[in-house]
Amino acid sequence: MPAPEQRDEVEMLATMLLIRRFEERASQQYQAQKIGGFCHLYIGQEAVVTGAVAATRPDDYLITAYRDHAHALARGTSADACMAELFGKATGCSRGLGGSMHYFDKANHMYGGHAIVGAHVPLAAGMAFAAKYRKEDRVTLCFFGDGAINQGGFHEALNLAGLFKLPVIFICENNFFAMGTSVKRSTSLEHIVDRAEGYDMRGEIVDGMNFREVRDKLSEIIASIRKDPHPAFVEARTYRYRGHSMSDPASYRTKEELEKYRLDDPITRLRAQLTREGKLTNEQFDKMDKRAKEEAMASVKFAEESPEPPLDELYDYTYANGVEAGVSPAKKTASGKKA
Amino acid sequence: MREITYRQALNEALAEEIERDPNVFLMGEEVAEYNGAYKVSQGLLDRFGAERIIDTPISENGFAGLGIGAAMVGLRPVVEFMTFSFSLVAFDQIVNNAPNMLTMSGGQFNIPITFRGPNGPAHQLGATHSHATECLFANVPGLKICTPATPRDAKGLLKTAVRDNNPVLVLECELFYSHKGMVDDEGVDLLIPLGEAEIKRAGSDVTIICYAQTVPMALAAAETLAGEKINAEVLDLRSIKPLDLPAILRSVAKTHRVVIAEQDRPFCGVGAEISYRIQKEIFDELDAPIMRVAQEDVPMPYNERLEQAVLPNAEKIVAAAKKIC
Repeated sequence: MPAPEQRDEVEMLATMLLIRRFEERASQQYQAQKIGGFCHLYIGQEAVVTGAVAATRPDDYLITAYRDHAHALARGTSADACMAELFGKATGCSRGLGGSMHYFDKANHMYGGHAIVGAHVPLAAGMAFAAKYRKEDRVTLCFFGDGAINQGGFHEALNLAGLFKLPVIFICENNFFAMGTSVKRSTSLEHIVDRAEGYDMRGEIVDGMNFREVRDKLSEIIASIRKDPHPAFVEARTYRYRGHSMSDPASYRTKEELEKYRLDDPITRLRAQLTREGKLTNEQFDKMDKRAKEEAMASVKFAEESPEPPLDELYDYTYANGVEAGVSPAKKTASGKKA
Repeated sequence: MREITYRQALNEALAEEIERDPNVFLMGEEVAEYNGAYKVSQGLLDRFGAERIIDTPISENGFAGLGIGAAMVGLRPVVEFMTFSFSLVAFDQIVNNAPNMLTMSGGQFNIPITFRGPNGPAHQLGATHSHATECLFANVPGLKICTPATPRDAKGLLKTAVRDNNPVLVLECELFYSHKGMVDDEGVDLLIPLGEAEIKRAGSDVTIICYAQTVPMALAAAETLAGEKINAEVLDLRSIKPLDLPAILRSVAKTHRVVIAEQDRPFCGVGAEISYRIQKEIFDELDAPIMRVAQEDVPMPYNERLEQAVLPNAEKIVAAAKKIC
């Protein structure tokens, strides 16, 4: 497995571009009514998840909330599988049964995609608990928004993680708005990171628009956790350019504020850093961007041409089979189909 | 076979499953150092150590979720609620996370977790501590629910629940922990399938469908009815979900009369669903309307006389049976 510092930055920039172009396409397809339900875009926040993933091993656990397209893409889920999921197709990363808010990819250690605010934070504690129970040195990355930090499940999970010294990093993607309500109007603390202190864990603030800062801080924390399991808390200050969801015009923010952050764009920033250091030419960047656009475009075609999940599989995922030996499997008897 | 208590039977089931599978662990409030609020986990900490018998803070939403997360990555947690009345604090985890994960992930993540603990009214605990939660959870696809009424069923159902690859709720009866009953010898790997009802008393004139706390009530009622030349069959569901509909239909086709004795509330209660299924499947076999004996539809009063008035009992079951026999 490559050491974190050897993860290629140009490659991670390509991932950021793919996330951006994928979501621009998703937005377009949503407006064309090809995508149902809710759809929350990550555009503007790309440096947070790519920076974090650059600091991890592929077998570290990753779990997030409903703004999850980027997390799957960063973990290696294909744009095809991601777009097909938005289209509700059988080739989607959750077979079209999850939708935008419930991306899962077991092979790439992406554990969802969870849409009840704060409810997945205890799950992250459980994944970290399992790693410690089995004496593995895996780290769990748990992403959530600033809206989650006032939910009971969040506090209970942080207490358990602090109490049991679980190898988990709670990463608050602070984009300053919980849906349409600003942090100032929802949270008793000025600095979200101060929540960590109440649970006896290390807390750090990072510039979530800066890929390198996120990666370097996470690398340092992860190295310390692998040596001796403990939880940590990172507040990544970032900004989403779009509304909370596709149906939100974000009229609670000013144009000036948005422009300020756009000038600090995480993709532009990493590109400039690499260009300045002679690691990336304009031609290379243009080529990468072109590839990202083509991949996103191709994913739409793939999703459109993919089959729907078959109706006769409707009951197949309600209960798992494979009950251990000696017990008769009760598949479908509880579903109402047979019983 | 030997005689042990319901509590001992559960304790044996836990010990055997923790011994058998290194992925099984027990977690909950006071399960370790205190040996369990109702002593179900007595001795397990000494035997298996603090890595596998884990005390939690009073934090149901947190530790229920922790268990589900651990199950996502391959462990098989047994999570004890001190009472299922407290499971309501973790309702979102039990209803939204555990049973939905398999579908939401397109079949990638099943959740092999057991939630267990006492359920249903005990004695003068008041409205907040007397919930019979089976009807709340039975409404949720993806959950399995069993309701052991005897020591043997308690042991066999709990062991099966731990081995099931789905979230299973084992709803125990606080008032039964000291009840004794015959259980297979130690060393017998006693597994009772989920979704298999059992005839606890054979009869021909009326079927009394019951589970959990209403099983002894139904057996007592059957004795009284026998004195009045009514031969009642007592069918213990043992599992609410999966529901053993074939066993219900077989019994009703034999007796043509039904009393459903349930420990939950009447509105959208377990008996409502069973009544519907019976009339839908074998309407012509019924010689009388289906009767239900459930709690009264009120929050549980503390006062002992009023509490008794709310609860089902043998006399109410006898009265219901006599109306249709």
